[in-house]
Amino acid sequence: MEERKYTTVSIPTTLYNRIKKIIEGTGFTSVSSFVTYVLREIAAAYEEEEEAEPFSEEERNKIIEKLRKLGYL
Amino acid sequence: MVSKPHGGRLISRVLSGRKLDRIREEAEELKIIEIPLDVGVDVENIAHGVFSPLEGFMTSDDYLNVLYYMRLSNDLPWTIPITLDVSSEDIRGLKEGDEIAVKSEGKIIAIMSIEEIYRWDKREYSRLVYKTEDIKHPGVLKTLQRKELLIGGKISLIDHLPNPYYRFTLRPVETRILFREKGWKTIVGFQTRNAPHLGHEYVQKAALTFVDGLFVNPLVGWKKRGDYRDEVILTAYRVLIENYYPKDSVVLAVLRTPMRYAGPREAIHHAIIRKNFGCTHFIVGRDHAGVGNYYGPYEAQEIFYEFPDLGIIPLFVKEFFYCRKCGGMVNEKVCPHSSEFRVKISGTALREMIKKGEMPPETMMRREVAEAILSFKNPFIE
Repeated sequence: MEERKYTTVSIPTTLYNRIKKIIEGTGFTSVSSFVTYVLREIAAAYEEEEEAEPFSEEERNKIIEKLRKLGYL
Repeated sequence: MVSKPHGGRLISRVLSGRKLDRIREEAEELKIIEIPLDVGVDVENIAHGVFSPLEGFMTSDDYLNVLYYMRLSNDLPWTIPITLDVSSEDIRGLKEGDEIAVKSEGKIIAIMSIEEIYRWDKREYSRLVYKTEDIKHPGVLKTLQRKELLIGGKISLIDHLPNPYYRFTLRPVETRILFREKGWKTIVGFQTRNAPHLGHEYVQKAALTFVDGLFVNPLVGWKKRGDYRDEVILTAYRVLIENYYPKDSVVLAVLRTPMRYAGPREAIHHAIIRKNFGCTHFIVGRDHAGVGNYYGPYEAQEIFYEFPDLGIIPLFVKEFFYCRKCGGMVNEKVCPHSSEFRVKISGTALREMIKKGEMPPETMMRREVAEAILSFKNPFIE
């Protein structure tokens, strides 16, 4: 497989140095891996559901009826 | 609030109404690809959103990203490639852009648009997914027996497979509604391929202490020889729940998918599936989805630190055992006593007792559960 693609994001040098100190002795091997980790965490928190659940009120009622019949409700 | 589906949207690729009638007719005209039952159940899983955000079998872009980086090409965490293998003979005369009918257990269950046909390296797959190329590993052996090509593309479900566990099969859309109806905001999922012993029960109950509901979701489908048969697992759990669990705090439903025995990678896969069912938490015990000595005892827990964006909270629970000095089920976090007082629960030892028709001690397994298992002529896969 071809190498993974990366792009550059600029952060202030002061922050870079601060993170460099933070990751000393942790499992992070570079400032980039730390920043990737943190950004993924934040991105996941920001991603909202794209749309409502894919069922109508009628379908919901049908499902509730089925759940009752099966003894789940 | 139940968990958001993985990728933000619960996938539904189940055809209905007039469109279903039309596609069903058209499917008769298409070239048919026959697939085994364990791939067929994954077609259903894709269609019902169990594998959201997947809408079909992976194309090479997703496949390679998952294989090498444990992420889909859109960066979402994903650790087990979901693929459809075919032979050159199967796809003779077909090209990318064509549609095929997918047949399993004697009936056409779906149509699929072929987006890509590509080769794969089964040894590379084994090395990366199972961390071994040893053919004694059941996942490796199964991988090496698969066909030489993969086809990727979206599927649309037109029919369901025969399901001996219909009564206990819930789809993600159903569990999501069920959890809401029950008023549960936090739900912990429990994956299992075993009949429950006391250790399992206490792991589940320890987790349940902190959430509103427990979703016991045994995996039924292809498993290796010597594992418990599906109906034994289900019966044993029914008995356990009926006798020892608070009724309003537990839901029991099966997950139809094959075991992969991929240890840490499969733990993430299992967590994503339970997130799609609406779970907010997922129990990861010792040697989750492991087999033999291919993975470290807590490797399946450690891998979760690589996924800050998984969207489901793993609960790392230590193994429970009976301590004669404590006088109950405990684990090493709460029991100060030495090993001479501890009765470790060994799944292998339990299976040996059951094979001989012996009743396991009550410090290992509930009497009612043991009786239910022993009532089967042969509780294990041969």
